[in-house]
Amino acid sequence: MNDDLSRAGGAPVPVLRLGDVLLVTLQGDLHDGTAEQLRQDIVAAIAGSRVTGVVIDISGVEIVDSFLGRVLAEIAANARLLAAQTVVAGMRPAVALTLVELGLTLPGLRTALSTGAALELLGRVDAAATDGPRREPR
Amino acid sequence: MSGTAAGVEARLPIRSDLDLVWVRQHVRQAAATLGFGLVEQTKLVTAASELARNTLVYGGGGELRAVPLTDGRAQGLRLVFSDSGPGIPDVEQALRDGYTSGGGLGMGLGGARRLVHEFAIDSTPGAGTTVTVTSWAARTPRPREEP
Repeated sequence: MNDDLSRAGGAPVPVLRLGDVLLVTLQGDLHDGTAEQLRQDIVAAIAGSRVTGVVIDISGVEIVDSFLGRVLAEIAANARLLAAQTVVAGMRPAVALTLVELGLTLPGLRTALSTGAALELLGRVDAAATDGPRREPR
Repeated sequence: MSGTAAGVEARLPIRSDLDLVWVRQHVRQAAATLGFGLVEQTKLVTAASELARNTLVYGGGGELRAVPLTDGRAQGLRLVFSDSGPGIPDVEQALRDGYTSGGGLGMGLGGARRLVHEFAIDSTPGAGTTVTVTSWAARTPRPREEP
């Protein structure tokens, strides 16, 4: 069981590229080190290709504490500086309730209920960019 | 109901970020065993994660003791995080949102306090810090005690 846990927590998170979007799926319980590594991997992936969007699916994540919350916010901030939009998808209701009570509302973070909705949101953002000024969908 | 509390009582070291994973897993399983609902489990595990990280980062490591509690028909879980680190010079300040000495968001201590039913902190500069939190499964009225 110790080995299972080490693998589950310590394995690097795969970063998939779908066209101009990076898709990252977080599962289970992340080591702090794994989360930090992910931040660096995403920044490198954005810088190394023409990625304009990052979708982080956290539907398989049971808890988001202030450390993981900070990492997610930093990924979004880093991506923004590299001209890419980040959407965090699929947050569990219990996680949302807990984050607000914890005091961590992550105002800079865009969210969607599912990965599909996140991709749609990014698609709309791209369309808006070519169609001229448009209000930021919130 | 004593049989259901088997496996809840534990002493876990907090020495690395792998230990933080173990702490979260144990608290999740213990809370589920004691009949905590999903939201209550999530809150308690999140609080445990914040407090265990404080023990690791600020206390230089320490341990968690998990103790099942029974009060009438109510089942509760007490978590005691202790370290022999430098201690907290100003506990009131450390509990305030936004306060941080370690580059975090400053939500750790004050945030964790909001996620549990009872919260107590005992810190002696130079000798260490002990944070004790307790939550009760919600199917019976929980005692509303202020720390």
